[in-house]
Amino acid sequence: MKPPPFGYSRPESVAETVAVLASTGQDGKVLAGGQSLVPLLNMRLATPDHIIDINRLTELAYVSVADGQVMIGALARHAQVLADPVVAAAQPLIGQALRLVAHPVIRNRGTTVGSIVHADPSGEMTAVLALLGGTVLLASTSGERSVSAENFFLGPLESDVRPDELATQVSLPVLAARAGCAFAEVSRRNGDYAVCGVAVLVELDDGGGISRARAAYLSVAGTPLIADLTEACGSAAGAAGRAGSGDLAAAGRLAMARVSPGSDIHATAAYRRHLAGVLTERALAGALAHAKGRSDG
Amino acid sequence: MASASEQGGITQSSPGLFDISLIVNGAPQAVRVPARRLLSDCLRHDLRLTGTHVGCEHGVCGACTVLVDGVAVRSCLMLAVTADGSRITTVEGLTEPDGTLSAVQQAFADCHGLQCGFCTPGFLTTITAGLAENPDPSPDQARQIIGLFNGVQRLHLSGFVWFDINRLRAWRLEGRRAAVRAFRRAVAQTTR
Repeated sequence: MKPPPFGYSRPESVAETVAVLASTGQDGKVLAGGQSLVPLLNMRLATPDHIIDINRLTELAYVSVADGQVMIGALARHAQVLADPVVAAAQPLIGQALRLVAHPVIRNRGTTVGSIVHADPSGEMTAVLALLGGTVLLASTSGERSVSAENFFLGPLESDVRPDELATQVSLPVLAARAGCAFAEVSRRNGDYAVCGVAVLVELDDGGGISRARAAYLSVAGTPLIADLTEACGSAAGAAGRAGSGDLAAAGRLAMARVSPGSDIHATAAYRRHLAGVLTERALAGALAHAKGRSDG
Repeated sequence: MASASEQGGITQSSPGLFDISLIVNGAPQAVRVPARRLLSDCLRHDLRLTGTHVGCEHGVCGACTVLVDGVAVRSCLMLAVTADGSRITTVEGLTEPDGTLSAVQQAFADCHGLQCGFCTPGFLTTITAGLAENPDPSPDQARQIIGLFNGVQRLHLSGFVWFDINRLRAWRLEGRRAAVRAFRRAVAQTTR
């Protein structure tokens, strides 16, 4: 349980970092918070030749809100993002998800951008990026490029970050007026990886009915799975009248049909599918209450 | 890119070895380590501070928790080279120089807030940091500090630690005798 030997660089600027990455190529690996990478090193599941430690890039330790976007720099720790009142007001889903990311002590060190780049299909923040349609900013010696959420996740633990690139920032759109969000998950132990989890975003129309409902699922596919629940909710929203509560059970059934989870030591596929249904209803109810609270307030 | 021996202000003294400086429990320390040295192993092996315990080595058990610049972190998930220049507080550093236990340590001793004690250094550092941030936690906040903590023996132990943290709070607010009464009430309520 000790990391294998590796070379080490500790650049002090983004320019210096991308220069090192250009020279190390496939053999280099960026270390930020290290809360996913160091366990992989300790268990020798990852054996990079060279570690590029970006913990001195304090220029990237920012969280800000501007032009309808929450911008999170590559060195912003989960705890820092979670504690930011401006972020909490602008996009509540971020805090709802971050509270479920591991334990508080892990959040003190782990970075939000790092967990997204890590592309763990059971990661809460990967689902948030996918659901909100955020973007990831990547820097290399040849300049910057921006990748949208739908193109970012290639597979389990695989994202569209090239070996010579540094993810410098993640941007997430702020929550629209008349919209609400919620996050629900089940894990075996508090702070553990979710057996199944779902982030839900709903938008209400002028009459308080559901005009749009979308969900992102974690731990049920190789990448965050997006499902559009609008139709399932809406079909009964009309029938149920002005209540605007929608047909949550129908949405839950749709979710169960859409996910195709696998079985492992933590849970069977059938249990995960069952959870997808239950958690969809639960998160939808939460998101609806949130949206109504915000419209009324 | 900087030269091979000087990269980002860290000195590579010989191939694969780096000279770092830490302030550990108030004392400056200069250490020469390979990049792969975990902070937990640096503290235990290089500095002989064996109060920091190593359990799972992947960040789950919490036994190795230390304070880095006042913030609780898993020392098994941090490279010593990353910690270069930081102030580290280990469980040894919680005690006063004359051997007087800190309030958190004393509360643990009074309530026997441990079973085998292996993960206790992690509980002590975690709770010390939690109370530094929020000196008067509500019961829910106290649970936040410890309840989400994945101690090695957490199922059994979290009950004991819960008494400790409650008692510590009562002690601060109302003095030691009130704290003992609060503790007895808590035990009575829980075991009823």
